[in-house]
Amino acid sequence: MPKITYVQPDGERRSIPVDAGATVMLTAVANGVPGIVAECGGAAMCATCHVYLDEDSQEVVPPVSEVENEMLESAASGRRNNSRLGCQIAMPPGVDEIVVHIPSHQV
Amino acid sequence: MSSAAQVRVRAVEAPVTDFDPYLDSVLDDPYPHYEKLRELGPVFYLSRYQAFGLARHAEIDAVLRDPATFCSSAGVGLANFHTETPWRKPSIILEVDPPMHGRTRKVVGGLLAPASINKLRPTFEREAERLVDRLLARGSFDAVHDLCEAYPLKVFADAVGIPAEGRDKYLLPYGDMVFNAFGPVNERFQACLARAQAGAIDWIAEVCKRENLTPDGFGARLYQAADEGLLAPEEAPMLVRTLLSAGLDTTVFTLCNAIVSFARHPDQWALVHANPAMARQALEEVLRYESTFHSFYRTTTREVEVAGVPMRPEQKICVFIGSANRDPRRWGETAGRFDVTRRASGNMAFGTGIHGCAGQMIARLEGEIVLTALARRVKSFRLEGRPVMHYNNSVRGYKSMPVSITAA
Repeated sequence: MPKITYVQPDGERRSIPVDAGATVMLTAVANGVPGIVAECGGAAMCATCHVYLDEDSQEVVPPVSEVENEMLESAASGRRNNSRLGCQIAMPPGVDEIVVHIPSHQV
Repeated sequence: MSSAAQVRVRAVEAPVTDFDPYLDSVLDDPYPHYEKLRELGPVFYLSRYQAFGLARHAEIDAVLRDPATFCSSAGVGLANFHTETPWRKPSIILEVDPPMHGRTRKVVGGLLAPASINKLRPTFEREAERLVDRLLARGSFDAVHDLCEAYPLKVFADAVGIPAEGRDKYLLPYGDMVFNAFGPVNERFQACLARAQAGAIDWIAEVCKRENLTPDGFGARLYQAADEGLLAPEEAPMLVRTLLSAGLDTTVFTLCNAIVSFARHPDQWALVHANPAMARQALEEVLRYESTFHSFYRTTTREVEVAGVPMRPEQKICVFIGSANRDPRRWGETAGRFDVTRRASGNMAFGTGIHGCAGQMIARLEGEIVLTALARRVKSFRLEGRPVMHYNNSVRGYKSMPVSITAA
């Protein structure tokens, strides 16, 4: 089964099996993964589900949209080239794993 | 039930109810009614208003996330702008669909994004401290007028950049009218419109003019966006108006709902008082438990099935987000309990999807700052009389709330 792997700032890894279409944010919230606050519930309004997308996962997910790009400017821990909003990343069909790194703070 | 209604039942395959969401007696305590609506099924039909209704979290979430099928351009009240004349020129952000919506939303979203509004935090905190000083000096006061209205009328209206004169008289009646329009064109709306026509509408138009705005506020920045070609020149004052209509009454009512919830649940205030860092999380639970917004509409753009119920195009659907926030299917068996330790994010108080409230982060900022300032210095709230409801077709709040507070 495909999985989303969350890497905490201290290096702890947790993989959660998901179906295609599951988002990084909703999966984290449903499974109590720390560090994904998601105040707005997935409306791309709060930038509190900010993650750093692992290098190996960059090519399997669609690029940053215009709305996401704007909102990433509000990420509390600095924006990097691989910054994404967890609510905007859905597990693509046919992909085995997405790895995301959780930032040190969200607000 | 008439025979016509029975024919309709078979046609729509949804349970029919003559429930009226807009009665004063329902607005006094809508939650037992919501429970009945949720138990009717995932979709029901409001025979009085010839609209479908959704009261469960899952179906509401799905509908709000599919703006191509469930649009806003036909209005977010009961009236269908595609077939009826709107009561005012439709909003260019609220009552519009993609791709036009995205263009406007980008400008307003950038203005109200955390990176932009966090600069306001020190000012907002200073004003909250001053307010709490005044309230503690008085001991007892009307929480609606002296706290919940006073704070946003000062800090939010300052942030927009409008003159101080006239705010308390005109701003809240204007928003009241706009939010009544999220329901049916009933007596409540008509009375509110008549009141607004007696001054508020003209006043709002005047303060939204560029020359009446401070040079660095949200209002001035909307005019700058127009200068840069991101908006048409005539759209800047319309969006300043949007900020004023959308951003005051709602925050006032959110604060009202917070105070009444904590006054009625002193054990929950004790938790926040003991740990003021919980304020933001506690505010989220207030938004879930006593949702500021309770219901509004979407309109079908094509033939579609919702939970197996076929719907025709141009069909109005009422989404009861105040009910979604109490749905045990989403929040578990304790859905009806006020619990500030709960993870309440994902509640629908600000809606969701592309039309999710653009001002939700500044609303949270105001709420968090007020609750934090109170948590540090107020040990307890006591209701000194029955809070008086403010009746509105879509938002829930109070007209007056006598309280006394004890200093920590």
